[in-house]
Amino acid sequence: MAAFDEMGLASGETRPLYRQVARWLDETPPELLASRRAQAEFMFRRIGITFGVYGDKDAAERLIPFDIVPRLISRAEWRKLEAGLTQRAQALNLFLKDIYGQRAILKESIIPPELIVRNPFYRPEMIGQRAPHDIWVHIAGIDIVRVDADEFYVLEDNARTPSGVSYMLENREVTMRLLPDLFARHSVAPVDDYPDQLLACLRSVAPRQNGGVATIVILTPGAFNSAYYEHSFLADKLGVELVEGRDLFVEDDQVFMRTTLGPRRVDVIYRRVDDDFLDPLVFNPASVLGVPGLVGAYLAGNVTIANAIGTGIADDKAIYCYIPELIRFYLSEEPLLKNVPTYRCREPAALKYVMERLDQLVVKEVNGSGGYGMLIGPHASAAQREQFGAKIMADPSNYIAQPTLALSTCPASFDGGVSPRHVDLRPFVLSGADGVRIVPGGLTRVALKEGSLVVNSSQGGGTKDTWIVDDPEGSA
Amino acid sequence: MLARTADNLFWLARSMERADYIARTIEATLRLEYLPKTDSEQVGEWEGALNAAGAHESFMEKHGELSEEAALEFLTFDLANPSSIRNCLENARIAGRAVRTALTAETWTAINDAWLELKRFESSRRVNRALGRDELMRFLDYVKKASLDFDGSCYRTMLRNEGYWFNRLGVFVERADNTARLLDVKYHLLLPSTEAVGGPLDYFQWVAILRAVSAATAYHWVYRDRVKPWLIADLLILKSAMPRSLIACYESIDRALDALARDDGRSGLAQRQARAMYAKLERSSMTEIFQGGLHEFITEFIEDNARLSSTISDQYLFN
Repeated sequence: MAAFDEMGLASGETRPLYRQVARWLDETPPELLASRRAQAEFMFRRIGITFGVYGDKDAAERLIPFDIVPRLISRAEWRKLEAGLTQRAQALNLFLKDIYGQRAILKESIIPPELIVRNPFYRPEMIGQRAPHDIWVHIAGIDIVRVDADEFYVLEDNARTPSGVSYMLENREVTMRLLPDLFARHSVAPVDDYPDQLLACLRSVAPRQNGGVATIVILTPGAFNSAYYEHSFLADKLGVELVEGRDLFVEDDQVFMRTTLGPRRVDVIYRRVDDDFLDPLVFNPASVLGVPGLVGAYLAGNVTIANAIGTGIADDKAIYCYIPELIRFYLSEEPLLKNVPTYRCREPAALKYVMERLDQLVVKEVNGSGGYGMLIGPHASAAQREQFGAKIMADPSNYIAQPTLALSTCPASFDGGVSPRHVDLRPFVLSGADGVRIVPGGLTRVALKEGSLVVNSSQGGGTKDTWIVDDPEGSA
Repeated sequence: MLARTADNLFWLARSMERADYIARTIEATLRLEYLPKTDSEQVGEWEGALNAAGAHESFMEKHGELSEEAALEFLTFDLANPSSIRNCLENARIAGRAVRTALTAETWTAINDAWLELKRFESSRRVNRALGRDELMRFLDYVKKASLDFDGSCYRTMLRNEGYWFNRLGVFVERADNTARLLDVKYHLLLPSTEAVGGPLDYFQWVAILRAVSAATAYHWVYRDRVKPWLIADLLILKSAMPRSLIACYESIDRALDALARDDGRSGLAQRQARAMYAKLERSSMTEIFQGGLHEFITEFIEDNARLSSTISDQYLFN
């Protein structure tokens, strides 16, 4: 099955949206493209945008490769995506409010109860609790793929601590510096107000509206975390303190940070630390990344934690396939964005179907992330499939399967010329007490290895700048 | 500002300043070593350099006996020496990364560029085992430039708020320590005018001292005289026009602590200690210092300076 190329590389006929990009690629000598690629890498290394790869000691700090050819999405396409993303974020928040509260959805038997109550990401500590302003997922990264000129699918929801937004912003800076002419020939929707939008979102969910301006901090696991660059980048852009667990303490159920002027009260914590490490008194007792007493302060309503504790259940792959039903149930609307058809191996009929078609399907661990713990059937050897099949049979409910989608491709620039590579898109959806905010675009991830479908940075994926541009004349 | 941030800014500045000092000490030592001398004139240049870097003890622990090659390695790239240039630059970047948000883009780039360049030197060492003399001189030049870039970018781009004053404190507490240690190692050469002046080798050692604190030219501008040991001591201790003199460092420390007290509205022990040390230097004359013993004076200064550093930590909750 041939993949849909967003520029029209495969069919030989350039799509109107990409006319300028195609011309630019055509007219620019290969040496100039090469020098742009080198400049881009130099710029990234100099600013220090690096990430750590777990288990790779030699390359403690690596660059995520950046491809200079921008990825274009028309404004009309974006409007559709935006409406669908807003709807999805609303449903996720209502779902979390419900399962830690009334549990209407279980009473109506929309979801099998054991998928919730036995789910490792369901936090019993949060049962009966409401998040401030009923917002649980303040920052969602919703991964979207495209298969043809019309269809977009949601591949997965990231409702815990999604990362990548710093790349979205830095990619734009680099593109504007390196490709000013091409940029000027388009009317590209700006993304640089993301930090302000995030700040407004976090302000809106502060617990004390009367005590003046809320004190917001970003909580990082520390400089050795793979996403540390992003944490410091965001703190800098927001103008808030970047704290580690040891910088905070709790007294009388209130959270304070240690400053040179003594303790200072904290109202909102944008945490980039997983639930398990947040508070050694409640979760992992060995954690030194968290703050003893934080959960107590949160339950007392004295601090807002974003994202809230217990959101992991909303991006669980076992829950994913129910999201269209959740949207109908909570919003009485039809889902605007499609889900990828998903076979739940916990269901015997589905399991049988999956085991018979391992060579055609993508099988994922329900709780895996970062592209680990998955089988891409068509690309796997018979031995790999057999091995993975045994793992599925040993614990079927831990797996789901999806058809291999023909992910769309975009042109990418290499030494040997321009060639198509598979891409996805992660827009960032901000939910505050005053509504949903989405900056136009997101992070396009690109599988740089030829034919590869894995876009994760930990496995050789790169990124591209994503331009939401005016619809070309003469097309709808 | 987070106490941890202040702590990191302070030590970041100290690390960059120390890297520069070690590089200058090595340069000055190499010049001494090139001087033609007879066997009876061995001056123990490398022992002096290790002492001036506060690394003699740890060096002897590791190596047992002194050689130029080992001393050079220990001062430049050795992981085992906490004050090796390599470790200073590495620590500076770790601290810088931890407080990335408190640095301007320019300052961070200066630190990061220095570190990237260090990695290039390290990988070239892996290929060629050790740096040749040419390469070593390039390395030392690069270290001095990295420190200049860092200091300059702080001065030119940082907001004059807490972060800047902690950075300045780090620079000057470290610089005062460096100058004092250099004087401590060489005090036996810096005799008052009443004593008989030694041979030509002494002369070159005095000049080496001046070079280590980049003051060889400054000396002549200040005194318009040939190099005399008591004037070197005067220049490095009591001349406030000389940016590495003890008094100039304390003038800056006093100012930085005052600025912090003004911003906070709180003045504490650190301010009082710094003011007392500055006042003492202002009152002193070289005659008095030589009378009481230069060695005793310097030893006391190094201790007081270290005490101030820990008072700052306590007062601003670093620990």
